[in-house]
Amino acid sequence: MATFKDFRNDVKPNWCPGCGDFSVQAAIQRAAANIGLTPDQLAVISGIGCSGRISGYIKSYGLHGIHGRSLPIAQGVKMANKDLTVIASGGDGDGFAIGMGHTIHAMRRNIDLTYIVMDNQIYGLTKGQTSPRSAQGFVTKSTPKGAIEGTVSPMELALTSGASFVAQSFSTDLKDLTAIIEAGINHKGFSIINVFSPCVTYNKINTYDWFKENLTKLSTIEEYDPSNRELAMNTLMQHNGLVTGIIYQDKERPSYQELVHGYADEPLASQDLQLGDEMFNDLVKEFI
Amino acid sequence: MINQLSWKVGGQQGEGIESTGEIFSTALNRLGYFLYGYRHFSSRIKGGHTNNKIRVSTTPVRAVADDLDILVAFDQETIDVNHGELHEQGIIIADAKFNPVKPEQTKAEMYVVPFTELAAELGTSLMKNMVAVGATCAVINLDVQVFTNVVEEIFGRKGEAVVQKNMEAIQQGYNYMLEQLGGKAGIMQLAPADGQQRMFMIGNDAIALGALAGGVRLMAAYPITPASEIMEYLIEKLPKVGGTVIQTEDEIAAATMAIGANYGGIRSFTASAGPGLSLMMEAIGLAGMTETPLVVVDTQRGGPSTGLPTKQEQSDLMAMIYGTHGEIPKIVMAPSTAEEAFYDTVEAFNLAEEYQCPVILLSDLQLSLGKQTVEPLDYSQVEIRRGKLVQEELPELDAKSYFKRYEVTEDGVSPRVIPGMKHGIHHVTGVEHDETGRPSEGAANRQAQMNKRMRKLGQIRFNTPVYKNAQHEEADLLLIGFNSTRGAIEEGMERLEQEGIKVNHAQIRLIHPFPTEEILPLIESAKNVLVVENNATGQLANIIKMNVGHVHKVKSLLKYDGNPFQPHHIYDGSKELFPLQGAVINGNV
Repeated sequence: MATFKDFRNDVKPNWCPGCGDFSVQAAIQRAAANIGLTPDQLAVISGIGCSGRISGYIKSYGLHGIHGRSLPIAQGVKMANKDLTVIASGGDGDGFAIGMGHTIHAMRRNIDLTYIVMDNQIYGLTKGQTSPRSAQGFVTKSTPKGAIEGTVSPMELALTSGASFVAQSFSTDLKDLTAIIEAGINHKGFSIINVFSPCVTYNKINTYDWFKENLTKLSTIEEYDPSNRELAMNTLMQHNGLVTGIIYQDKERPSYQELVHGYADEPLASQDLQLGDEMFNDLVKEFI
Repeated sequence: MINQLSWKVGGQQGEGIESTGEIFSTALNRLGYFLYGYRHFSSRIKGGHTNNKIRVSTTPVRAVADDLDILVAFDQETIDVNHGELHEQGIIIADAKFNPVKPEQTKAEMYVVPFTELAAELGTSLMKNMVAVGATCAVINLDVQVFTNVVEEIFGRKGEAVVQKNMEAIQQGYNYMLEQLGGKAGIMQLAPADGQQRMFMIGNDAIALGALAGGVRLMAAYPITPASEIMEYLIEKLPKVGGTVIQTEDEIAAATMAIGANYGGIRSFTASAGPGLSLMMEAIGLAGMTETPLVVVDTQRGGPSTGLPTKQEQSDLMAMIYGTHGEIPKIVMAPSTAEEAFYDTVEAFNLAEEYQCPVILLSDLQLSLGKQTVEPLDYSQVEIRRGKLVQEELPELDAKSYFKRYEVTEDGVSPRVIPGMKHGIHHVTGVEHDETGRPSEGAANRQAQMNKRMRKLGQIRFNTPVYKNAQHEEADLLLIGFNSTRGAIEEGMERLEQEGIKVNHAQIRLIHPFPTEEILPLIESAKNVLVVENNATGQLANIIKMNVGHVHKVKSLLKYDGNPFQPHHIYDGSKELFPLQGAVINGNV
């Protein structure tokens, strides 16, 4: 049985010391081991940005693609090989700015994979510009007078986009985060996990201390029920989105692949590619 | 007796013009005639002039005819727009409903038939197209019973009564027209066909069937004219082999999803037109950099921007060769017939896996949507080659090591493993990387990996990079084209040859890497070279000049008004190019 150490490689991350992404990396490694995966059964697909490098820091199959496109790539991988565990990952810029269209459509499509967003409310790799998650008034290099635009609320957005698994966590809560990632992987359908992962270099507002002060654990809310979508939405709105835990899960909804007409039981990647004479001749006859 | 008939039906978009042409041509194809149909249509659902021009011949035809024998008109606009194409013995058959007026300039005879009224008397004016088909039968002396099968296939689901009514409508059209002709059927008696059963399909059908035969299991695509038929066909057929089509949110998702699926180990592709290809360029670069097989079909249409979305053009050439930032190995193919489109599509998937790079299969609107007779396709010619895809078990790696997915090899192609394989773990990234896929910015590694990637296409094996019809060791004229211009060039060439001008013809099937060795001798041995293309800047001509030279000899014949070349354009353009030679050879120009 593989342990989380088997998911480690010897590449030294180029993240700043103290970056929240280290914990996300560790949580993915632990969750994969806890579930009983071996490194070759996991594919981590990532976007561009500091967090996008994560696929290179985990010993597993991995593809570091282009900015904002980790989700369509990951969906293609999963469609090709349903036996693989597929994790897509990236930052808030990747998922909620350049890749926002894919995020919404991946949620409504519901292909069985887990999307982990490392949300630091800033563009780090390009050295400190505003992100769609930055608060109004937030001063960055690109918003010297403070951000004017409103803030994307990813969890509310996920609920309205038809996501079947919606969760949020905080990178220092390694135990909770690991458990949520496990639950996301085990969920039959698309799971989105937004992780507050502070940028210690460029975001001096949304710091570790800030999150500790402002986050509410859903487990502390009496009678919270993640199967109740309306309650989920109201709770998010009451807390300005600053909650952690599994916000919503629809365990009944079948995944995209379960609904695709004719989709093979065996992974497509292990199929013989030949059509055969008989089928080909039948296809040709349709044109005569 | 005529061996060839040019027939056009026109009216308002949405009133069954397409189905009129469809019924007429399907029945004739089954009799063994060779057909070529080209639709004129607009980017709207209903309204606007549309027409379907169909050529019927006892020998193969691949071009839109120069003139017209029969014009079937459902409105006055059809007559006004198209009468100029009618030759002197041509005829107009017009619906009485709109009180048709024959333009003064036209010498063609006009017959007025109450298409709508006869149809309405039978129950519904929707059958007016059947009446029109029947009227045509009287002109070419075709037994209306040949339509029985087609009508049954289309209306069988609606019951026997509907089938009978439609056949009756055809018969009534025939009878009415016969009376108009004074009881003598066949003023244009069409010579009998050979009765052979051949396929009748649009280029997009051939591409879609090629993809299926070539082992595709997932298509990711976004609807666009003139590519959508490819996804529509596969939506129906892919489930039969366990696969599917995903209609993505945009073309970026389509290309990247296909990349993910290819990385995941299956054959996946996308198809689009210029606007979609523009969006895919970054993804195409990712496929190039990560050496992931990727096939993208580009059905060219009028550009730039939204351009002429329903019109013919061939102006994406340069964008397809050079598109994406930076430098990657890429293959660009350009079939010129539906047969070639089928075999080339199969081959595109083989080349993408063998060379682990993006392959662009270029089509154009005329090839993609033009419906043509195709000799039955041969499955025994379909082979699936997966290149250096590792399919056997890999030796164990020590815990620290990664598989050398980007191993520097002599031919530049490295062994490829797919996720899920034991002992094959490696990294894949669009960042410059080392042999195991780890990011690396070192100068020596950069050179080694860049050279490795670019080396891959050095010895590309491609079956027929150039289709050649070159009978002359020394030609007065070499005509060069790509994609759907082939038919018009062939016919134009035939006419030039009849005048004693020695013409060779080359149709480029592999655009990139350019088949210089194949084309150079033809250019050297020709007195004149004319490159025929549907664009304004002579893109293929420029590619030829870049690769082959002869910059002063290579001339262009260009057309970018949205319409295909017809044989007379080739003939006229060629004659203009060398009037003196033509005059001397011909003696009477």
